[in-house]
Amino acid sequence: MFTFEELKRSFLVSIWFVFLTFPIMVIRVDSIEKTVQWRWMNMVYVAIGSFILSFVFRYMMQRKEMKSEDNGDGDKKDKTGRSFIHRWLADPKYRNAILGSLLAAAIIFPHVFSTYQTSIMTTALMYVVLGLGLNIVVGLAGLLDLGYVAFYAVGAYTYALLYHFFGVGFWVALPIGGLLAALFGILLGIPVLRLRGDYLAIVTLGFGEIIRLVMENWGAFSQGPSGVSNIPRPSFFGIDMSLDTALVYTYYLMILLVIFTIFFVNRLQDSRLGRAWIALREDEIACQAMGIDKMKTKLVAFSLGAFWAGIVGVIFAAKTTFISPRSFTFIESAIILSIVVLGGMGSIIGVIFGALILILLPEYLRALSEYRMLAFGAILVCMMVFRPQGIIGSIRRTYTYQNRKKADGEVS
Amino acid sequence: MDFGGIRALNNLDLDVNEGEIVALIGPNGAGKTTFFNCVTGIYAPTKGEVDLYHKEKNRVVSLLGMKPNQVTEQGLARTFQNIRLFSQMTVLENVMIGRHCRTKAFILGALLRDKKTMQEEDEIIQTSHEILTKIGLQRYENEIAENLPYGAQRRLEIARALATEPVLLLLDEPAAGMNPQETIELVNLIQEIASEGQSILLIEHDMKLVMSLSDRIFVMDYGKKIAQGTPEEIRNNPAVIKAYLGEEVDA
Repeated sequence: MFTFEELKRSFLVSIWFVFLTFPIMVIRVDSIEKTVQWRWMNMVYVAIGSFILSFVFRYMMQRKEMKSEDNGDGDKKDKTGRSFIHRWLADPKYRNAILGSLLAAAIIFPHVFSTYQTSIMTTALMYVVLGLGLNIVVGLAGLLDLGYVAFYAVGAYTYALLYHFFGVGFWVALPIGGLLAALFGILLGIPVLRLRGDYLAIVTLGFGEIIRLVMENWGAFSQGPSGVSNIPRPSFFGIDMSLDTALVYTYYLMILLVIFTIFFVNRLQDSRLGRAWIALREDEIACQAMGIDKMKTKLVAFSLGAFWAGIVGVIFAAKTTFISPRSFTFIESAIILSIVVLGGMGSIIGVIFGALILILLPEYLRALSEYRMLAFGAILVCMMVFRPQGIIGSIRRTYTYQNRKKADGEVS
Repeated sequence: MDFGGIRALNNLDLDVNEGEIVALIGPNGAGKTTFFNCVTGIYAPTKGEVDLYHKEKNRVVSLLGMKPNQVTEQGLARTFQNIRLFSQMTVLENVMIGRHCRTKAFILGALLRDKKTMQEEDEIIQTSHEILTKIGLQRYENEIAENLPYGAQRRLEIARALATEPVLLLLDEPAAGMNPQETIELVNLIQEIASEGQSILLIEHDMKLVMSLSDRIFVMDYGKKIAQGTPEEIRNNPAVIKAYLGEEVDA
């Protein structure tokens, strides 16, 4: 049934995993009672489990090889190269039905589920907007930004400190936070965007850390590691709201912001600016030779992305009412980047799915208790191995000339 | 133009008049593409001037020190020796990128899609279509650029450069790698473009093409100009013959 070679390989894999997990699975030190417990059954489970799983893994890899030989993209596409989800969305009947039901579900959500669930969903929506913002930088313009959390922090601290020192309210601080973050984006971008690829990544990573460290150490200004607390929640014409109502209010605010962001990014993609970004990704030198100002185009992408991070930062400060430098570490940037990559770079729907999966899945996997993060990590690894182009690959509206009709059937 | 100790261009003076086709020829390594790069702003010449005369503005603009995109905005458009198309975009989109520097819509226009922006977008698509029809590529219009045959890709580069409404069109070895049939089509195309008043500066190795097309020819070797004149003058110029074929050595 299986060749000797395969059996040998799987046997070696299981031995390897036994070694690897030996200290964790087999040995258990109880420091209170000063005993060492040897759990040999665990070793047997690991050995058998990894033996079987290696066969499964090998089978799936073989399937993936075969698929990539006849079609470079493991996605069922129709003639015009659009995948299944995009076909559904292009058909106006289906699209209105889907969007309508999603909107209805979003609106009644807080009334059906508990405040706790609403709070989780609000966090997920914040990451959706963050993902869409980073998508402008990484997906559309192709600039690898590992320090996106810096702009997030700028927005959050803008509101926190403006309130702390000047008593500025939420709605005034919201645009200020966004614009200040965009300004930081421009300031960072001017010296840095001439770098390519990996170098840009490291410099932006450094900037993210700089912002965090400045906030942590400039105590007189930013209140240091103890953070800023008692930040007021968003107000509705000055009416005082209970905690529950305020949370629901914040949820609806996020829904509106998500809708606006999707609208904005969509419009940007299919515009003169969007085309310039695509050309910039393809060939910088040819792009410049055709009259596109490289620096300006990159700066616009960078600062637009930063603007969005700033806006979400202000909302984050208002929602959690307490911020400290510990919330703005590199891990946050990594998570947001993972959302974009997981969802499919440049694809709006993909990024939304990516954010919802990446943020909601660990929450809903709490049932698995101790194995939650393990399961989560395993899911991520499988996703990247078997579907590296992301959940939903990016679909770009291609301009075609067909008697004044555009590619997806709209009439101009 | 000096690269450290190497003087790639040594006192090269070249001028192109309105409506002319001027060819720059010379052996490989003479510095022709370097010259193009200096003129279009990819390199900054260590010494020298680049002046463009705008008929409408009745003004001479110095292009020295300008970035490549500014040079294109001023009216110099170029093609590349090794084709640099946007390979994942369609043919129409490639030409639409050429229209970028002649149009204005920005973030607000993209967001609001107001009437002016939409009119501009329509104009971009319409003009690009017309240019493609003129070049003869309209049947490939909606095709991804990298799927085009080689000759068509070269012509697409020319179409894209034309979309920027250039004062001077610089073609860097447009016939490289083409078979005789394609070369004849290219000659017709260039003649047609020139007949509409477009000034062209051409780098080429194909002597037949150069002799049949050009009004004037400049010859360079090792970064220096060794001859200039009409095709007949160049054909019989001993310095040119020596540069290409070598000198006769009397036994």
